[in-house]
Amino acid sequence: MRKVLLLLLFVSSAQAIEVYSFETAEQEALYQAVTKELRCLVCQNQNLADSDAGLATDLKDKVAAFVIEGKSQEEITQYMIERYGEFVSYQPPLNASTLFLWLSPLLLLLIGGVVLVMKIRSTQHD
Amino acid sequence: MKKVLIAVLPLAVFVTLVVLLYVNMGTHSERLPSPLVGKQLPVFKLNTLYSGKTLTQDDFKGQVWLMNVFGSWCPSCRVEHPVISDLAQSGVVKVVGFNWKDEFVDADRWLKQFGNPYDEILVDLKGDVAIDFGVYGAPENFLIDKNGVIRYKLVGNLTPEIINNELLPLIKELNQ
Repeated sequence: MRKVLLLLLFVSSAQAIEVYSFETAEQEALYQAVTKELRCLVCQNQNLADSDAGLATDLKDKVAAFVIEGKSQEEITQYMIERYGEFVSYQPPLNASTLFLWLSPLLLLLIGGVVLVMKIRSTQHD
Repeated sequence: MKKVLIAVLPLAVFVTLVVLLYVNMGTHSERLPSPLVGKQLPVFKLNTLYSGKTLTQDDFKGQVWLMNVFGSWCPSCRVEHPVISDLAQSGVVKVVGFNWKDEFVDADRWLKQFGNPYDEILVDLKGDVAIDFGVYGAPENFLIDKNGVIRYKLVGNLTPEIINNELLPLIKELNQ
């Protein structure tokens, strides 16, 4: 009995997620990919897929409609960027203002490498 | 020398962090620059709340106007309401309300309770047009010039300081 209840719980929660009826598995996959790459602007450290904010729901409706229309991921992302700016995308483009963002991991690696080399050399001298 | 460096380094990192955090305290990184500033208004066709009209972006051409996105469900809009009312009453600029995702009864009750400062109120019940305006959190304010170009956008409350320092000079410039 408990197992059945548990199963029911899972089934109902799975149905709650699938609110859009896509015709193909590709459309569904595209929808998932796009909403994972777009930021929810209300709760800015969440993506659209994970967010339940009112605006996120509106934007997800929009994405689903575009997917069904046959628009590509680039077209949908571009649509959002035109309205909400680059910030809406979790894939920031490489330009002057994001250069530091893209290069900072490399910079950190470089600093770490230099420290490491210095450390090794000093122990070898001792 | 090396020992001194090792002793001072954590302190230096800490001080740098404190300075960085302090400097950034006043900047609101959650307020995003709108890519729509400098662009034409999006195409829209919306019903009004009271006057029974259907208005488009072209109905506002030839004048400078402020579009204030509000909702009865939005606590900050209540805080902003007296400031908007003062601005509208001063007659410096035409103030148009953009009622975002609000049921008529709620919006009506809110406006009856606090007063209706708006020259006209556009209704976007579903929030479709709001997406075209890049709206993500009420209140938001858009200043639009005579040619229908968005010149300024503020996410968050208008304050008397912002009006005096940013909005009024810009309105003056756009009216010339």
